[in-house]
Amino acid sequence: MTAVLTTPAPQTPKKAKQASSRSWGDLAWPIGYVLVVAFLFVFYKNLLPDLQDNIAGNITKWLPITSINEAMVWIVMALGLNVVVGYAGLLDLGYVAFWAVGGYVAGWLMSPPWNPDANLTFHLWSPSNANPQGIHVTFWLVLVAAGVVCVVAGLIIGAPTLRLRGDYLALVTLGFGEMVRQVAINGRVFGFNLTNGDAGISSLDSIGTGPFGQIQGIPTHLGAFDNEFKLLVLGAIVGLCLFISLRIRRGRLGRAWLAIREDELAASMMGVSLVKAKLSAYAVGAFFGGLGGVAYAASITGAVSPSKFDFSISILVLLMVVLGGMGNVWGVLLGALVLSWVNSTGLNQFGVQWDEWFGTSIQGDFKAHQFGLFGIVLVLMMLFRREGILPERRTRALMREPSRSEAEAMGADITEAEIADEVVAEEDPTTEKGLSS
Amino acid sequence: MTAPAAPTLDELVGNNPMHADHVTIRFGGLVAVNDVSFTIPPRSIVSLIGPNGAGKTTFFNVITGLYEPTEGAVFFDGKDITGLKPHKRAESGIARTFQNIRLFNLMTAEENVMVAMHSHLRSGILSTIIRTPWQRKEEKQARELAHELLDFVGIGKVAGEAARNLSYGDQRRLEVARALALKPKVLLLDEPTAGMNPNESAVFVDFVHRVRDEKELSVLLIEHDMSVVMRVSERITVLDRGTVIAEGTADDIRGNQQVIEAYLGKTGTREGKRRKPEATS
Repeated sequence: MTAVLTTPAPQTPKKAKQASSRSWGDLAWPIGYVLVVAFLFVFYKNLLPDLQDNIAGNITKWLPITSINEAMVWIVMALGLNVVVGYAGLLDLGYVAFWAVGGYVAGWLMSPPWNPDANLTFHLWSPSNANPQGIHVTFWLVLVAAGVVCVVAGLIIGAPTLRLRGDYLALVTLGFGEMVRQVAINGRVFGFNLTNGDAGISSLDSIGTGPFGQIQGIPTHLGAFDNEFKLLVLGAIVGLCLFISLRIRRGRLGRAWLAIREDELAASMMGVSLVKAKLSAYAVGAFFGGLGGVAYAASITGAVSPSKFDFSISILVLLMVVLGGMGNVWGVLLGALVLSWVNSTGLNQFGVQWDEWFGTSIQGDFKAHQFGLFGIVLVLMMLFRREGILPERRTRALMREPSRSEAEAMGADITEAEIADEVVAEEDPTTEKGLSS
Repeated sequence: MTAPAAPTLDELVGNNPMHADHVTIRFGGLVAVNDVSFTIPPRSIVSLIGPNGAGKTTFFNVITGLYEPTEGAVFFDGKDITGLKPHKRAESGIARTFQNIRLFNLMTAEENVMVAMHSHLRSGILSTIIRTPWQRKEEKQARELAHELLDFVGIGKVAGEAARNLSYGDQRRLEVARALALKPKVLLLDEPTAGMNPNESAVFVDFVHRVRDEKELSVLLIEHDMSVVMRVSERITVLDRGTVIAEGTADDIRGNQQVIEAYLGKTGTREGKRRKPEATS
């Protein structure tokens, strides 16, 4: 076990290359992301109305801005679940619980009176149009509050699952997800009306723009027709989640999560506290879930009710993560975009188009069979592209290339020189960053 | 086997980095380790040998915290660590390698080593997200240290390779580098030369000495290759069916009739088979 025995392979210039691609990568994605969101904003706000009628019509039919906004929320959720499932390898089938908790925090803090048990009136920086009765806190503070509440919820839900692995963990998380929904449906907790049962909480406040509202052309609060501005708000939230996801991966905690994902026992033997690492994965995932819950309630539906927090939502979010490429934020983003669009607009519009072409009237049928379709997609994917659309580099390696020890077991004789070549080839900077590829 | 006047427990605990005191482990009715006391002196290389199933790895697992002993206690660095969690023990300076290599296969060699620095690094979630200058400095130092360790074990040039793509020998080295990243006071090597040819094993003997001298730690070795054990160990403890049957220097063990019978078999071949219970003359 000394250096003497090994062949002195040339010191490849990979250190320098790595450093340069890293610093460039740090700047590349935020710039690209801001440009994309800004383009979408300008496109829907200023360009779309000036386009020819048939083109504009097709765009509003096939890719309405509402579908993009909704996709943004799903992206937040998928990124959160990706931290738990993709980064730390903890299968969570009850992720919708955090969406629900976030949604109800929004419901409690930004709604007109709905609860006869606690008829409070409280205003905090809420937009001027708010109903004088009830609790009205500005959207931005509610975001923070929901994030914090969900972190606590994540720790509470996470703690009992720490000793569990694999199937058992999945079952317990599934149970927690259903529990939260059932509590919401029951509505009353110790006689206190907490969630208003099946009816839920409606007419949530719109998003206030605060100081930006003073600027000419920007509304003081984002009502039903200010979708372009909502896109900016949601874009900022998604941007924050992307930023957190990418950065947290490359550090002490991100490494610990990866290590746990691969070998819990070895990780603990190397000084990684499984309790802390797992709980922090749950906490970060739950934080994203809280943001998503508030964003969905305040900007998409304007209401919260238990029917929106079905088990199928957890599955759909998980499907987005798996389809996109577990562990790679760009893959997850893409998976969430595609599935959310198919779900909200694509299938429906496809049905409409189908009817137009063939003179049938089955447009609703496609939407009705969405989960059947997703199931087929999932099966096909498991057969032909298990690693997802845009997989993480590591996972792709696992799925696609035999490992060296496997190759050698089958008789391959890999010399050191070949390895050195591989190192150079793999340092190609375009491979890791999904956005640039 | 002639021991000098037995030192007291306090002396054993105080003078040695590690001392396991009368450790017994039962799995149901099976006694895997029976009343074993074992001391690792400072800056020493000691070995634990014995036929398959003698309880070596079980004993290892008691030291690293995977099992709690049914009876007895484990002391490390002057403190009783019997109830301590594995990651806490690792943090305080007990590092190990695994009999069947357990690397983080999809992570690079460098990352593997950096995982083991986890408990020595301080940056939290927020400082990682914001990437404070302090956190960057810490990461940079950790990366440099990882490269130093990889160079130390001789695989610096494959730092960026996924662990699964390393050759078998390099994977063994990486396991040692990863263990050293814990800055251990005691390094436990579980059959480190398994799968090595005689040349590599010979190199390994020098390597263990170099690790001990340069990293200033004690090494506990579980090993089957007698040529390695005899050359590297300052003290050898022989376990058979969970009980210590002999303890001493290589020469003591080599001449010990009980060990030869229990371990090497009557023929005295190096790869001797396990004695059959009734195979006495």
